[in-house]
Amino acid sequence: MFRGVIDMNIHEYQGKILFKQAGVKVQNGIHCKTVIDALSAYDNLGSKVVAVKSQIHAGGRGKGNLYDPKTGDLVMEGGVKIAFSREEVKKYASNIIGRKLVTKQTGPEGKIVNNLYVESGCAIAHEYYLALLVDREAKSILIMASTEGGVDIEEVAENTPEAIHKIWTHPTDGLDVKDAEEMADKLGLTGDSKNDLVSMLLSLSNMFVEKDCSMIEINPLVRSESGEMIALDAKVSFDDNASYRHPWMDEMRDHSEEEEVEIRAHEHGLSYVKLDGNIGCLVNGAGLAMASMDVIKLYGGEPANFLDIGGGATRESITTAFGIILEDENVEGILVNIFGGIIQCDMVARSVIEASNELGLKVPLVVRFSGTNHVEGKLVLDNCDLDVHTSSTLSEGAAKIVQLTRGDK
Amino acid sequence: MMSIWIHEESKVLIQGITGKQGTFHGTMMDEYRTNVVGGVTPGKGGQIVELPNKNVPVFNSVSEGLEETDADVSVIYVPARFAAAAIIEAADAFEEKGGGIIVCITEGIPILDMIRAVARVDGYPNVRLIGPNCPGIITPGDEGGCKVGIMPGFIHAKGRIGIVSKSGTLTYEAVAQTMSVNEGQSTCVGIGGDPVNGTGFIDCLAAFEADPQTEAIVMIGEIGGSAEEEAAEWAANNMSKPIVGFVAGSTAPPGKRMGHAGAIISGGKGTAEEKFVAFEKAGIYVARDPSEIGNVLVKALKDAGLR
Repeated sequence: MFRGVIDMNIHEYQGKILFKQAGVKVQNGIHCKTVIDALSAYDNLGSKVVAVKSQIHAGGRGKGNLYDPKTGDLVMEGGVKIAFSREEVKKYASNIIGRKLVTKQTGPEGKIVNNLYVESGCAIAHEYYLALLVDREAKSILIMASTEGGVDIEEVAENTPEAIHKIWTHPTDGLDVKDAEEMADKLGLTGDSKNDLVSMLLSLSNMFVEKDCSMIEINPLVRSESGEMIALDAKVSFDDNASYRHPWMDEMRDHSEEEEVEIRAHEHGLSYVKLDGNIGCLVNGAGLAMASMDVIKLYGGEPANFLDIGGGATRESITTAFGIILEDENVEGILVNIFGGIIQCDMVARSVIEASNELGLKVPLVVRFSGTNHVEGKLVLDNCDLDVHTSSTLSEGAAKIVQLTRGDK
Repeated sequence: MMSIWIHEESKVLIQGITGKQGTFHGTMMDEYRTNVVGGVTPGKGGQIVELPNKNVPVFNSVSEGLEETDADVSVIYVPARFAAAAIIEAADAFEEKGGGIIVCITEGIPILDMIRAVARVDGYPNVRLIGPNCPGIITPGDEGGCKVGIMPGFIHAKGRIGIVSKSGTLTYEAVAQTMSVNEGQSTCVGIGGDPVNGTGFIDCLAAFEADPQTEAIVMIGEIGGSAEEEAAEWAANNMSKPIVGFVAGSTAPPGKRMGHAGAIISGGKGTAEEKFVAFEKAGIYVARDPSEIGNVLVKALKDAGLR
């Protein structure tokens, strides 16, 4: 069982391959893994000015900083650089490859840059913002664009929402050309630029549907001095639930960019998100798993993770779940909260005992059972050698585990 | 007495009845005395499925099943990649018949499939879709009742509290909370945790408001989107019956999907706090701890002179 709720992200250089295929104008560029690659890319592109761009699955690269991963020293400010010579390409590429890029979106731990994109320079007349995403309220695909490109769009949305223009595609008929033309007008585009944008919007909305995208973001989309509309950036993500009909997705997947433990959990039918606290949680159901975290916090504790074992949990998946929780060095106690529906509490009880013995559980454990076979489940736990506390309500269980992890045993 | 959308005597068809999930849950539904009248599996028409209380026929299509059984409800237990087509098939068939309820339990349906399926259902005013990615809908009766979904039947009892929730097990928690203060349920609806789905909070609130059996409502939301805020605003202007609300995900970090595809705080929007504030502003009784839903419900009922 593979429960897909993780979006699959790709790199900018991969997004631009898809753009090209879809008929969206991009600059020529070459994907590089080394400084030597970057230099030969510069020679091959034949453009005096090039952009040297760090490739990681996070936004804010331009304003990010590169650090030496060993010493933590600042190597260079800005993860995207314009190079005016071969020497500059060499300098920037050396400063980027293998370094840690910290941006607003990566968090302080940053990401190691293993991929680089060298792209022909572009004479920019104006920068725009363009995005396609699923509008859950309108239940259709929303196309959002603004003349305020190249900046943090969330700030634009906050300060000048009227500068963001919106159109929606039809659920079955796709994008109406009239709507695309209206968008071009709103952005003040005329002549060839207008035609370029209309054709780009039609291509992108087709690509969105054909490739099962969950988001396409181009920031900036530019109007060149010759009036062409060019996608200078490409942030594309896909709906993992549709990956079965897109075998190519596997080839584009960069595992080094994904959280290894979240993927491992995923493969076992578990849904796991690591947090910063010290109380591990193992729960069935996403809503109840969130609520368990919330109640731990309400009682003065800090949850170490979100973990939903799902409706199809087995002994194996529960053991895996326990292992994942205990891998986190911050974990000082575990709360198991099960409301049995399809899942039977006594099965969970036996799995918990088995996993605890197998993994040599050393931290306090509180188990709350309700629903299907909760009495039998409690009986199994009461009669085992494990030091486990049982409770009948969530608040009681949360209060208990908070108390135990505080050390006042 | 009434209840909403499904009633003790509702006739239920099961799409995917010969599959593992369909057979298992068909059995559980029948044990709860749900009136299962047949199933649909393309290519297996003419077969018989044995349920504990009766044997039911399998049909090749929903329209054939409706013609033969006159079912009011169809519940979908087919794998994610076929689920949207199953919804559309059921919607077309019910439209032909004059209306019906579709309940889709399946998790993990591609979002663009759901956009197309929901658009089809929305074109048919007499056809309602509940879900997907939900526990289903249940109307407890005097003995058993009508259970259309995967929830454990035995935790419920017939009563006057309507429950609507985005979550599965958290709905069971809410049910248990009503039971802990000696209140039963009129109908419990799981609307599901997907970003694009059929029936929403407002549909449920409107139906509960109109239902003579329902006297108070428990509404369980979670982070992501703005359905809770919209429902709260609607409730402030349209609901006379008291509502108790809880929102899961106060401690969820931004930008991470919390199990449900729709449970994500994106661009700083969709936080639990915003939703709680919207609830309070709308006069909804708020429980910050789901274990307190029962006590808050008692207060709400007392304030309304219902206890």
